[in-house]
Amino acid sequence: MKNFLHIEDLYKQYGNKVILDNIDLSVKKGEICTLVGPSGCGKSTLLRIILGQELQSRGDISIDGKDVGFASSDRGIVYQRYSLFPHLSVLENVMLGHTLEDGFFERRKNRKKYEKEAMFYLEKVRLGEHAHKYPHELSGGMQQRAAIAQALLKKPKILLMDEPFGALDPDTREDMQLFLLELWEENPMTIFFVTHDLEEALFVGSRLLVLSQYYMDDRGKQAKDRGAKIVGDYLLDANVKSTDFKQSQEFKKLVKKIRSSGFDPENEQHVRDFNLNHPDSYQTLEDYEDSSQ
Amino acid sequence: MKRPSFFGLHAEVSKGLKWFLGLLPFAFIVVFYLIASDIRHKENEYDKLLPTPSQIVSAVDRVAFSEDKRTGEYLLWKDSAASLKRLIIGVVLAAILALLLGLNMAMFDGLNSFFYSFITFISMIPPLAILPILFISFGVDEFAKIFLIFIGIFPVLTRDIYISVKKIPKEQIIKALTLGASQLTVVYRIILPQIFPRLLDAVRLSLGSAWLFLIAAEAIAASEGLGYRIFLVRRYLAMDVILTYVLWITLIGFLLDFTLRMIVKKFYPWYVK
Repeated sequence: MKNFLHIEDLYKQYGNKVILDNIDLSVKKGEICTLVGPSGCGKSTLLRIILGQELQSRGDISIDGKDVGFASSDRGIVYQRYSLFPHLSVLENVMLGHTLEDGFFERRKNRKKYEKEAMFYLEKVRLGEHAHKYPHELSGGMQQRAAIAQALLKKPKILLMDEPFGALDPDTREDMQLFLLELWEENPMTIFFVTHDLEEALFVGSRLLVLSQYYMDDRGKQAKDRGAKIVGDYLLDANVKSTDFKQSQEFKKLVKKIRSSGFDPENEQHVRDFNLNHPDSYQTLEDYEDSSQ
Repeated sequence: MKRPSFFGLHAEVSKGLKWFLGLLPFAFIVVFYLIASDIRHKENEYDKLLPTPSQIVSAVDRVAFSEDKRTGEYLLWKDSAASLKRLIIGVVLAAILALLLGLNMAMFDGLNSFFYSFITFISMIPPLAILPILFISFGVDEFAKIFLIFIGIFPVLTRDIYISVKKIPKEQIIKALTLGASQLTVVYRIILPQIFPRLLDAVRLSLGSAWLFLIAAEAIAASEGLGYRIFLVRRYLAMDVILTYVLWITLIGFLLDFTLRMIVKKFYPWYVK
Protein backbone atom coordinates (compact mmCIF):
# COMPACT_ATOMS: atom_id res chain seq x y z
CA MET A 1 0.00 0.00 0.00
CA LYS A 2 1.48 3.29 -1.09
CA ASN A 3 1.47 6.14 1.36
CA PHE A 4 -0.01 9.58 0.63
CA LEU A 5 3.18 10.96 -0.91
CA HIS A 6 5.20 8.19 -2.42
CA ILE A 7 8.58 8.57 -4.11
CA GLU A 8 10.49 5.60 -5.40
CA ASP A 9 13.92 5.31 -7.05
CA LEU A 10 13.94 8.96 -8.00
CA TYR A 11 16.95 10.35 -9.90
CA LYS A 12 17.62 13.82 -11.17
CA GLN A 13 20.62 14.78 -13.22
CA TYR A 14 21.65 17.82 -15.21
CA GLY A 15 23.84 16.57 -18.03
CA ASN A 16 26.33 14.26 -16.36
CA LYS A 17 25.90 15.77 -12.92
CA VAL A 18 23.73 13.69 -10.66
CA ILE A 19 21.78 15.81 -8.18
CA LEU A 20 19.36 13.37 -6.62
CA ASP A 21 20.53 9.78 -6.38
CA ASN A 22 17.95 7.06 -5.82
CA ILE A 23 15.58 8.87 -3.46
CA ASP A 24 12.94 6.81 -1.68
CA LEU A 25 10.37 8.56 0.43
CA SER A 26 6.97 7.82 1.84
CA VAL A 27 4.99 10.42 3.76
CA LYS A 28 1.63 9.94 5.36
CA LYS A 29 -1.25 12.35 5.23
CA GLY A 30 -1.26 15.21 7.73
CA GLU A 31 2.47 15.12 8.29
CA ILE A 32 4.47 18.33 8.44
CA CYS A 33 7.59 17.07 6.84
CA THR A 34 10.69 19.26 6.87
CA LEU A 35 13.64 18.75 4.58
CA VAL A 36 17.11 20.09 5.45
CA GLY A 37 20.52 19.63 4.00
CA PRO A 38 23.75 21.41 3.15
CA SER A 39 23.49 24.11 0.50
CA GLY A 40 23.53 22.81 -3.04
CA CYS A 41 22.37 19.32 -2.06
CA GLY A 42 19.23 19.50 -4.15
CA LYS A 43 16.54 20.19 -1.53
CA SER A 44 14.76 22.70 -3.71
CA THR A 45 15.16 20.47 -6.73
CA LEU A 46 13.33 17.68 -4.93
CA LEU A 47 10.56 20.10 -3.95
CA ARG A 48 10.28 21.42 -7.49
CA ILE A 49 9.98 17.89 -8.84
CA ILE A 50 7.15 17.12 -6.42
CA LEU A 51 5.58 20.42 -7.45
CA GLY A 52 5.82 19.65 -11.14
CA GLN A 53 8.04 22.64 -11.91
CA GLU A 54 10.83 20.29 -12.94
CA LEU A 55 10.76 16.74 -14.23
CA GLN A 56 12.70 13.87 -12.71
CA SER A 57 15.20 12.02 -14.87
CA ARG A 58 13.96 8.65 -13.62
CA GLY A 59 11.68 7.31 -10.92
CA ASP A 60 8.10 7.62 -9.72
CA ILE A 61 6.25 10.12 -7.61
CA SER A 62 2.63 9.83 -6.67
CA ILE A 63 0.32 11.81 -4.44
CA ASP A 64 -2.78 10.09 -3.16
CA GLY A 65 -2.13 7.21 -5.54
CA LYS A 66 -1.89 9.36 -8.65
CA ASP A 67 1.29 10.09 -10.55
CA VAL A 68 2.12 13.77 -10.33
CA GLY A 69 2.31 15.73 -13.56
CA PHE A 70 3.03 19.36 -14.28
CA ALA A 71 2.05 21.88 -11.61
CA SER A 72 -1.68 21.84 -10.89
CA SER A 73 -4.16 22.75 -8.20
CA ASP A 74 -3.70 19.58 -6.10
CA ARG A 75 -0.36 21.01 -4.89
CA GLY A 76 0.04 24.42 -3.27
CA ILE A 77 3.30 26.32 -3.14
CA VAL A 78 4.77 29.10 -1.04
CA TYR A 79 8.12 30.31 -2.33
CA GLN A 80 10.66 32.42 -0.52
CA ARG A 81 9.76 35.25 -2.91
CA TYR A 82 7.51 35.89 -5.89
CA SER A 83 4.53 34.08 -4.40
CA LEU A 84 2.25 37.10 -4.68
CA PHE A 85 1.34 38.77 -7.92
CA PRO A 86 2.51 42.39 -7.79
CA HIS A 87 -0.34 43.80 -9.89
CA LEU A 88 -3.14 42.58 -7.63
CA SER A 89 -4.17 43.69 -4.17
CA VAL A 90 -3.68 41.26 -1.31
CA LEU A 91 -7.38 40.38 -1.36
CA GLU A 92 -7.37 39.76 -5.11
CA ASN A 93 -4.25 37.66 -4.72
CA VAL A 94 -5.95 35.44 -2.17
CA MET A 95 -9.13 35.21 -4.25
CA LEU A 96 -7.18 33.96 -7.27
CA GLY A 97 -7.70 30.36 -6.21
CA HIS A 98 -11.35 30.83 -7.16
CA THR A 99 -11.31 33.54 -9.79
CA LEU A 100 -8.67 31.96 -12.01
CA GLU A 101 -10.97 29.05 -12.68
CA ASP A 102 -13.99 31.19 -13.45
CA GLY A 103 -14.97 32.78 -16.70
CA PHE A 104 -15.51 36.51 -17.13
CA PHE A 105 -19.16 36.62 -15.99
CA GLU A 106 -18.96 33.87 -13.42
CA ARG A 107 -16.27 35.60 -11.40
CA ARG A 108 -18.19 38.86 -11.40
CA LYS A 109 -21.32 37.12 -10.25
CA ASN A 110 -19.52 35.28 -7.44
CA ARG A 111 -17.32 38.16 -6.39
CA LYS A 112 -19.01 38.81 -3.05
CA LYS A 113 -18.86 35.15 -2.07
CA TYR A 114 -15.19 34.86 -2.99
CA GLU A 115 -14.32 38.07 -1.18
CA LYS A 116 -15.94 36.75 1.95
CA GLU A 117 -14.00 33.53 1.84
CA ALA A 118 -10.74 35.28 1.03
CA MET A 119 -11.32 37.65 3.96
CA PHE A 120 -11.82 34.64 6.22
CA TYR A 121 -8.37 33.37 5.31
CA LEU A 122 -6.85 36.83 5.54
CA GLU A 123 -8.27 37.24 9.06
CA LYS A 124 -6.80 33.88 9.89
CA VAL A 125 -3.32 35.04 8.88
CA ARG A 126 -4.02 38.36 10.66
CA LEU A 127 -4.00 40.49 7.55
CA GLY A 128 -7.64 41.56 7.51
CA GLU A 129 -6.89 45.27 7.64
CA HIS A 130 -4.31 45.06 4.85
CA ALA A 131 -6.60 43.37 2.33
CA HIS A 132 -6.68 46.28 -0.07
CA LYS A 133 -2.97 47.04 -0.16
CA TYR A 134 -0.61 45.94 -2.89
CA PRO A 135 2.01 43.31 -1.99
CA HIS A 136 4.88 45.81 -2.20
CA GLU A 137 3.25 47.83 0.56
CA LEU A 138 3.53 44.90 3.00
CA SER A 139 6.53 43.81 5.07
CA GLY A 140 8.29 40.55 4.25
CA GLY A 141 6.53 38.57 6.98
CA MET A 142 3.14 39.92 5.97
CA GLN A 143 3.78 39.00 2.34
CA GLN A 144 4.57 35.43 3.34
CA ARG A 145 1.43 35.23 5.49
CA ALA A 146 -0.61 36.46 2.53
CA ALA A 147 1.08 33.85 0.33
CA ILE A 148 0.11 31.16 2.83
CA ALA A 149 -3.51 32.38 2.84
CA GLN A 150 -3.45 32.40 -0.95
CA ALA A 151 -2.32 28.78 -1.04
CA LEU A 152 -4.69 27.65 1.76
CA LEU A 153 -7.82 28.94 0.06
CA LYS A 154 -7.25 26.40 -2.68
CA LYS A 155 -7.21 23.58 -0.08
CA PRO A 156 -4.36 21.73 -1.75
CA LYS A 157 -3.73 18.06 -0.96
CA ILE A 158 -0.18 18.99 -0.08
CA LEU A 159 1.35 22.38 0.68
CA LEU A 160 4.91 22.78 -0.53
CA MET A 161 7.05 25.48 1.06
CA ASP A 162 10.46 26.38 -0.34
CA GLU A 163 12.47 28.35 2.25
CA PRO A 164 9.29 30.29 3.03
CA PHE A 165 10.83 32.22 5.92
CA GLY A 166 14.36 32.40 4.53
CA ALA A 167 14.26 36.12 3.76
CA LEU A 168 12.82 37.21 7.11
CA ASP A 169 14.61 38.62 10.12
CA PRO A 170 15.09 36.21 13.07
CA ASP A 171 12.20 37.54 15.20
CA THR A 172 9.68 37.57 12.38
CA ARG A 173 10.94 34.17 11.40
CA GLU A 174 10.23 32.70 14.80
CA ASP A 175 6.77 34.29 14.79
CA MET A 176 6.06 32.71 11.44
CA GLN A 177 7.22 29.29 12.62
CA LEU A 178 4.84 29.43 15.56
CA PHE A 179 2.12 30.76 13.32
CA LEU A 180 2.52 27.89 10.87
CA LEU A 181 2.39 25.33 13.68
CA GLU A 182 -0.81 26.89 15.02
CA LEU A 183 -2.38 26.77 11.58
CA TRP A 184 -1.31 23.19 11.18
CA GLU A 185 -2.67 22.18 14.58
CA GLU A 186 -6.01 23.75 13.68
CA ASN A 187 -6.10 22.06 10.31
CA PRO A 188 -3.65 19.19 9.96
CA MET A 189 -2.76 19.39 6.30
CA THR A 190 0.20 17.70 4.67
CA ILE A 191 3.10 20.12 4.42
CA PHE A 192 6.46 19.61 2.75
CA PHE A 193 8.79 22.27 4.08
CA VAL A 194 12.26 22.89 2.68
CA THR A 195 14.76 24.93 4.68
CA HIS A 196 18.50 25.23 5.08
CA ASP A 197 18.06 26.06 8.73
CA LEU A 198 18.31 22.89 10.82
CA GLU A 199 16.84 24.47 13.94
CA GLU A 200 13.85 25.68 11.98
CA ALA A 201 13.36 22.22 10.52
CA LEU A 202 13.48 20.60 13.95
CA PHE A 203 11.14 23.13 15.45
CA VAL A 204 8.49 23.16 12.75
CA GLY A 205 8.44 19.54 11.62
CA SER A 206 6.62 16.45 12.78
CA ARG A 207 9.10 14.55 10.67
CA LEU A 208 12.59 15.61 9.66
CA LEU A 209 14.36 14.49 6.52
CA VAL A 210 18.05 15.17 5.95
CA LEU A 211 19.19 15.26 2.35
CA SER A 212 22.94 15.24 1.85
CA GLN A 213 25.62 14.55 -0.70
CA TYR A 214 28.09 13.66 2.04
CA TYR A 215 27.84 9.87 2.36
CA MET A 216 29.59 6.68 1.30
CA ASP A 217 28.47 3.60 -0.54
CA ASP A 218 30.01 0.53 -2.16
CA ARG A 219 30.92 2.50 -5.26
CA GLY A 220 33.92 3.55 -3.23
CA LYS A 221 35.54 6.85 -2.46
CA GLN A 222 36.58 7.68 -5.99
CA ALA A 223 33.00 7.71 -7.31
CA LYS A 224 32.47 11.39 -7.96
CA ASP A 225 29.16 11.28 -9.81
CA ARG A 226 27.11 10.58 -6.73
CA GLY A 227 24.06 12.74 -5.99
CA ALA A 228 22.35 13.46 -2.70
CA LYS A 229 20.37 10.90 -0.75
CA ILE A 230 18.14 11.03 2.26
CA VAL A 231 20.65 10.26 4.98
CA GLY A 232 18.45 10.82 8.00
CA ASP A 233 14.77 10.46 8.77
CA TYR A 234 13.53 11.38 12.25
CA LEU A 235 10.22 11.27 14.04
CA LEU A 236 9.69 14.53 15.91
CA ASP A 237 7.32 15.81 18.52
CA ALA A 238 4.56 17.34 16.45
CA ASN A 239 2.89 19.47 19.11
CA VAL A 240 3.07 23.19 19.14
CA LYS A 241 5.98 23.96 21.40
CA SER A 242 7.13 27.16 22.93
CA THR A 243 10.25 28.65 21.46
CA ASP A 244 12.01 27.74 24.72
CA PHE A 245 12.20 24.28 23.25
CA LYS A 246 15.02 25.52 21.07
CA GLN A 247 17.10 26.17 24.22
CA SER A 248 16.62 22.69 25.70
CA GLN A 249 19.46 20.18 25.99
CA GLU A 250 17.54 17.60 24.04
CA PHE A 251 17.10 19.98 21.12
CA LYS A 252 20.75 20.97 21.11
CA LYS A 253 21.91 17.37 21.21
CA LEU A 254 19.77 16.49 18.22
CA VAL A 255 21.05 19.51 16.29
CA LYS A 256 24.61 18.44 16.97
CA LYS A 257 23.99 14.86 15.98
CA ILE A 258 22.30 15.75 12.69
CA ARG A 259 24.89 18.36 11.87
CA SER A 260 27.71 15.86 12.14
CA SER A 261 25.92 13.07 10.27
CA GLY A 262 24.43 15.13 7.48
CA PHE A 263 26.31 18.38 7.08
CA ASP A 264 29.93 17.39 7.64
CA PRO A 265 31.89 16.53 4.46
CA GLU A 266 34.54 14.80 6.62
CA ASN A 267 32.08 12.47 8.26
CA GLU A 268 30.68 10.23 5.55
CA GLN A 269 28.29 7.55 6.74
CA HIS A 270 27.79 4.42 4.72
CA VAL A 271 24.35 3.99 3.12
CA ARG A 272 23.83 0.95 5.34
CA ASP A 273 24.20 3.05 8.45
CA PHE A 274 21.83 5.92 7.77
CA ASN A 275 19.61 6.87 10.63
CA LEU A 276 16.22 6.10 9.09
CA ASN A 277 14.26 5.62 12.28
CA HIS A 278 10.95 7.00 11.20
CA PRO A 279 8.27 4.29 10.96
CA ASP A 280 7.36 5.35 7.40
CA SER A 281 10.95 5.37 6.23
CA TYR A 282 12.08 2.96 3.57
CA GLN A 283 15.09 2.59 1.33
CA THR A 284 15.68 0.42 -1.71
CA LEU A 285 19.34 0.27 -2.63
CA GLU A 286 20.97 -0.91 -5.83
CA ASP A 287 23.61 -3.61 -5.62
CA TYR A 288 26.38 -1.20 -6.51
CA GLU A 289 25.37 0.98 -3.59
CA ASP A 290 25.25 -1.81 -1.03
CA SER A 291 26.47 -5.26 -2.08
CA SER A 292 25.99 -6.82 1.34
CA GLN A 293 22.20 -7.04 1.14
CA MET B 1 25.88 70.27 8.64
CA LYS B 2 24.11 71.43 5.50
CA ARG B 3 24.02 69.89 2.07
CA PRO B 4 25.55 72.09 -0.65
CA SER B 5 22.88 73.66 -2.83
CA PHE B 6 24.51 73.02 -6.20
CA PHE B 7 28.01 71.51 -6.30
CA GLY B 8 29.12 67.96 -5.64
CA LEU B 9 27.81 64.50 -4.86
CA HIS B 10 26.02 65.63 -1.74
CA ALA B 11 24.19 68.51 -3.34
CA GLU B 12 20.45 68.85 -2.95
CA VAL B 13 19.07 71.48 -5.30
CA SER B 14 16.05 73.33 -3.90
CA LYS B 15 12.80 73.29 -5.78
CA GLY B 16 12.89 76.90 -6.84
CA LEU B 17 16.47 76.64 -8.05
CA LYS B 18 15.55 73.46 -9.96
CA TRP B 19 12.87 75.32 -11.90
CA PHE B 20 15.20 78.20 -12.54
CA LEU B 21 18.05 76.00 -13.76
CA GLY B 22 15.66 73.91 -15.83
CA LEU B 23 14.37 76.98 -17.65
CA LEU B 24 17.78 78.52 -18.11
CA PRO B 25 18.81 76.62 -21.29
CA PHE B 26 15.50 77.61 -22.90
CA ALA B 27 16.09 81.23 -21.98
CA PHE B 28 19.59 81.03 -23.45
CA ILE B 29 18.43 79.69 -26.77
CA VAL B 30 15.61 82.25 -27.04
CA VAL B 31 17.92 85.15 -26.25
CA PHE B 32 20.55 83.82 -28.62
CA TYR B 33 17.95 83.51 -31.38
CA LEU B 34 16.56 86.98 -30.80
CA ILE B 35 20.00 88.57 -30.98
CA ALA B 36 20.97 86.63 -34.13
CA SER B 37 17.64 87.43 -35.76
CA ASP B 38 17.99 91.09 -34.87
CA ILE B 39 21.50 91.31 -36.35
CA ARG B 40 20.39 89.70 -39.61
CA HIS B 41 17.33 91.93 -39.89
CA LYS B 42 19.46 95.02 -39.33
CA GLU B 43 21.58 93.98 -42.31
CA ASN B 44 18.66 93.00 -44.51
CA GLU B 45 15.11 93.77 -43.52
CA TYR B 46 13.77 91.05 -45.89
CA ASP B 47 15.80 88.28 -44.26
CA LYS B 48 13.83 85.00 -44.21
CA LEU B 49 16.28 82.74 -42.41
CA LEU B 50 15.71 83.92 -38.85
CA PRO B 51 12.22 85.45 -38.71
CA THR B 52 11.50 87.92 -35.95
CA PRO B 53 9.01 87.06 -33.18
CA SER B 54 6.37 89.23 -34.82
CA GLN B 55 6.84 87.38 -38.11
CA ILE B 56 6.41 84.06 -36.33
CA VAL B 57 3.28 85.30 -34.58
CA SER B 58 1.85 86.35 -37.89
CA ALA B 59 2.77 82.92 -39.35
CA VAL B 60 0.93 81.24 -36.48
CA ASP B 61 -2.04 83.46 -37.16
CA ARG B 62 -1.88 82.65 -40.87
CA VAL B 63 -1.67 78.86 -40.56
CA ALA B 64 -3.74 78.29 -37.46
CA PHE B 65 -6.36 81.00 -37.19
CA SER B 66 -7.20 82.11 -40.72
CA GLU B 67 -8.58 80.25 -43.70
CA ASP B 68 -6.16 79.35 -46.42
CA LYS B 69 -6.81 81.60 -49.41
CA ARG B 70 -6.73 78.75 -51.88
CA THR B 71 -8.58 75.97 -50.06
CA GLY B 72 -10.50 77.81 -47.34
CA GLU B 73 -9.12 75.45 -44.68
CA TYR B 74 -7.15 76.04 -41.50
CA LEU B 75 -3.85 74.47 -42.52
CA LEU B 76 -2.28 73.69 -39.15
CA TRP B 77 -5.35 71.87 -37.84
CA LYS B 78 -5.89 70.01 -41.08
CA ASP B 79 -2.25 68.92 -41.15
CA SER B 80 -2.28 67.97 -37.46
CA ALA B 81 -5.41 65.86 -37.86
CA ALA B 82 -3.97 64.04 -40.88
CA SER B 83 -0.62 63.39 -39.20
CA LEU B 84 -2.02 62.39 -35.83
CA LYS B 85 -4.40 59.96 -37.48
CA ARG B 86 -1.51 58.23 -39.25
CA LEU B 87 0.69 58.29 -36.17
CA ILE B 88 -1.92 56.96 -33.79
CA ILE B 89 -3.19 54.21 -36.09
CA GLY B 90 0.36 53.07 -36.82
CA VAL B 91 1.49 53.14 -33.21
CA VAL B 92 -1.65 51.51 -31.78
CA LEU B 93 -1.57 48.70 -34.33
CA ALA B 94 2.12 48.11 -33.71
CA ALA B 95 1.58 48.15 -29.93
CA ILE B 96 -1.31 45.67 -29.99
CA LEU B 97 0.44 43.25 -32.29
CA ALA B 98 3.77 43.57 -30.48
CA LEU B 99 2.06 42.88 -27.16
CA LEU B 100 0.36 39.74 -28.41
CA LEU B 101 3.35 38.43 -30.32
CA GLY B 102 6.01 39.29 -27.71
CA LEU B 103 3.90 37.84 -24.91
CA ASN B 104 3.13 34.60 -26.69
CA MET B 105 6.67 34.17 -27.95
CA ALA B 106 8.06 34.57 -24.47
CA MET B 107 5.56 32.12 -22.98
CA PHE B 108 5.38 29.42 -25.64
CA ASP B 109 8.67 27.98 -26.79
CA GLY B 110 7.02 26.45 -29.84
CA LEU B 111 5.83 29.83 -31.12
CA ASN B 112 9.14 31.37 -30.18
CA SER B 113 11.08 28.90 -32.32
CA PHE B 114 8.89 29.84 -35.25
CA PHE B 115 9.04 33.63 -34.93
CA TYR B 116 12.24 34.56 -33.13
CA SER B 117 14.77 34.64 -35.95
CA PHE B 118 12.24 36.17 -38.31
CA ILE B 119 11.45 39.06 -35.97
CA THR B 120 15.15 39.59 -35.36
CA PHE B 121 15.67 39.71 -39.13
CA ILE B 122 12.82 42.19 -39.65
CA SER B 123 14.14 44.43 -36.90
CA MET B 124 17.48 44.72 -38.71
CA ILE B 125 15.93 46.17 -41.88
CA PRO B 126 16.26 49.97 -41.84
CA PRO B 127 12.60 51.01 -42.33
CA LEU B 128 13.44 54.10 -44.38
CA ALA B 129 15.32 51.92 -46.85
CA ILE B 130 12.14 50.06 -47.74
CA LEU B 131 10.04 53.22 -48.01
CA PRO B 132 10.35 53.26 -51.82
CA ILE B 133 9.19 49.63 -51.90
CA LEU B 134 6.17 50.59 -49.83
CA PHE B 135 5.25 53.49 -52.11
CA ILE B 136 5.74 51.39 -55.23
CA SER B 137 3.72 48.44 -54.00
CA PHE B 138 1.03 50.14 -51.91
CA GLY B 139 0.77 53.46 -53.70
CA VAL B 140 1.08 56.87 -52.08
CA ASP B 141 -2.08 56.46 -50.01
CA GLU B 142 -2.43 56.36 -46.26
CA PHE B 143 -1.60 52.68 -46.09
CA ALA B 144 2.06 53.00 -47.04
CA LYS B 145 2.65 55.76 -44.48
CA ILE B 146 0.92 53.91 -41.67
CA PHE B 147 2.74 50.75 -42.62
CA LEU B 148 6.10 52.51 -42.43
CA ILE B 149 5.38 53.64 -38.86
CA PHE B 150 4.15 50.16 -38.04
CA ILE B 151 7.13 48.32 -39.46
CA GLY B 152 9.49 50.86 -37.95
CA ILE B 153 8.48 50.36 -34.33
CA PHE B 154 6.76 46.96 -34.25
CA PRO B 155 9.93 44.81 -34.03
CA VAL B 156 11.44 46.94 -31.27
CA LEU B 157 8.23 46.84 -29.26
CA THR B 158 7.92 43.08 -29.74
CA ARG B 159 11.43 42.47 -28.51
CA ASP B 160 10.93 44.80 -25.57
CA ILE B 161 7.78 42.94 -24.52
CA TYR B 162 9.51 39.62 -25.10
CA ILE B 163 12.38 40.57 -22.80
CA SER B 164 10.07 41.97 -20.12
CA VAL B 165 7.95 38.81 -20.08
CA LYS B 166 11.08 36.66 -19.86
CA LYS B 167 12.09 38.65 -16.79
CA ILE B 168 8.95 37.66 -14.88
CA PRO B 169 10.01 34.91 -12.48
CA LYS B 170 9.05 31.39 -13.51
CA GLU B 171 7.68 30.97 -9.99
CA GLN B 172 4.71 33.15 -10.87
CA ILE B 173 3.67 30.86 -13.68
CA ILE B 174 3.92 27.78 -11.50
CA LYS B 175 2.11 29.56 -8.69
CA ALA B 176 -0.78 30.48 -10.98
CA LEU B 177 -1.02 26.88 -12.21
CA THR B 178 -1.24 25.63 -8.61
CA LEU B 179 -4.10 28.07 -8.06
CA GLY B 180 -6.07 26.37 -10.80
CA ALA B 181 -5.23 28.54 -13.80
CA SER B 182 -5.24 26.99 -17.27
CA GLN B 183 -2.32 27.69 -19.59
CA LEU B 184 -4.14 30.47 -21.43
CA THR B 185 -5.35 31.94 -18.14
CA VAL B 186 -1.75 32.23 -16.99
CA VAL B 187 -0.77 34.05 -20.17
CA TYR B 188 -3.73 36.40 -20.48
CA ARG B 189 -4.82 36.98 -16.91
CA ILE B 190 -1.59 36.79 -14.95
CA ILE B 191 1.20 37.84 -17.29
CA LEU B 192 -0.56 40.20 -19.71
CA PRO B 193 -1.88 42.64 -17.07
CA GLN B 194 1.60 42.81 -15.55
CA ILE B 195 3.22 43.60 -18.86
CA PHE B 196 0.74 46.25 -19.99
CA PRO B 197 2.32 49.25 -18.23
CA ARG B 198 5.66 48.15 -19.65
CA LEU B 199 4.06 48.32 -23.09
CA LEU B 200 2.95 51.89 -22.44
CA ASP B 201 6.50 52.77 -21.40
CA ALA B 202 7.92 51.12 -24.51
CA VAL B 203 5.45 53.04 -26.66
CA ARG B 204 6.58 56.28 -25.04
CA LEU B 205 10.16 55.51 -25.97
CA SER B 206 9.29 54.56 -29.55
CA LEU B 207 7.14 57.64 -30.22
CA GLY B 208 10.27 59.51 -31.28
CA SER B 209 11.02 57.05 -34.07
CA ALA B 210 7.34 56.93 -35.00
CA TRP B 211 7.46 60.68 -35.67
CA LEU B 212 10.62 60.26 -37.69
CA PHE B 213 9.00 57.68 -39.98
CA LEU B 214 5.82 59.71 -40.26
CA ILE B 215 7.55 62.89 -41.32
CA ALA B 216 9.84 61.05 -43.72
CA ALA B 217 6.87 59.38 -45.40
CA GLU B 218 4.91 62.64 -45.57
CA ALA B 219 7.87 64.53 -46.94
CA ILE B 220 8.09 62.21 -49.91
CA ALA B 221 4.48 61.71 -50.91
CA ALA B 222 1.44 63.32 -49.28
CA SER B 223 -1.10 66.05 -49.85
CA GLU B 224 -1.50 67.05 -46.22
CA GLY B 225 0.23 66.51 -42.93
CA LEU B 226 2.76 68.24 -40.72
CA GLY B 227 5.77 66.73 -42.48
CA TYR B 228 4.28 67.46 -45.88
CA ARG B 229 3.78 71.15 -45.02
CA ILE B 230 7.28 71.62 -43.67
CA PHE B 231 8.84 70.19 -46.80
CA LEU B 232 6.44 72.12 -49.03
CA VAL B 233 7.12 75.57 -47.58
CA ARG B 234 10.83 74.82 -47.51
CA ARG B 235 10.74 75.64 -51.23
CA TYR B 236 9.78 79.24 -50.39
CA LEU B 237 12.24 79.41 -47.52
CA ALA B 238 9.28 80.04 -45.20
CA MET B 239 11.23 79.65 -41.98
CA ASP B 240 8.45 81.31 -40.02
CA VAL B 241 6.04 78.48 -40.92
CA ILE B 242 8.67 75.77 -40.49
CA LEU B 243 9.58 76.99 -37.00
CA THR B 244 5.91 77.17 -36.06
CA TYR B 245 5.37 73.59 -37.20
CA VAL B 246 8.48 72.27 -35.49
CA LEU B 247 7.47 73.85 -32.18
CA TRP B 248 3.94 72.50 -32.59
CA ILE B 249 5.19 68.95 -33.31
CA THR B 250 7.43 69.15 -30.26
CA LEU B 251 4.48 70.24 -28.14
CA ILE B 252 2.30 67.38 -29.43
CA GLY B 253 5.11 64.93 -28.76
CA PHE B 254 5.52 66.21 -25.25
CA LEU B 255 1.77 65.99 -24.57
CA LEU B 256 1.53 62.41 -25.88
CA ASP B 257 4.45 61.37 -23.71
CA PHE B 258 3.02 63.17 -20.70
CA THR B 259 -0.41 61.58 -21.16
CA LEU B 260 1.03 58.07 -21.35
CA ARG B 261 3.17 58.73 -18.29
CA MET B 262 0.15 59.95 -16.33
CA ILE B 263 -1.89 56.92 -17.39
CA VAL B 264 0.80 54.60 -16.08
CA LYS B 265 1.10 56.57 -12.87
CA LYS B 266 -2.64 56.66 -12.22
CA PHE B 267 -3.66 53.15 -13.21
CA TYR B 268 -0.57 51.12 -12.35
CA PRO B 269 0.60 52.28 -8.92
CA TRP B 270 2.29 48.91 -8.32
CA TYR B 271 4.39 49.39 -11.46
CA VAL B 272 5.65 52.86 -10.62
CA LYS B 273 6.43 52.00 -6.96
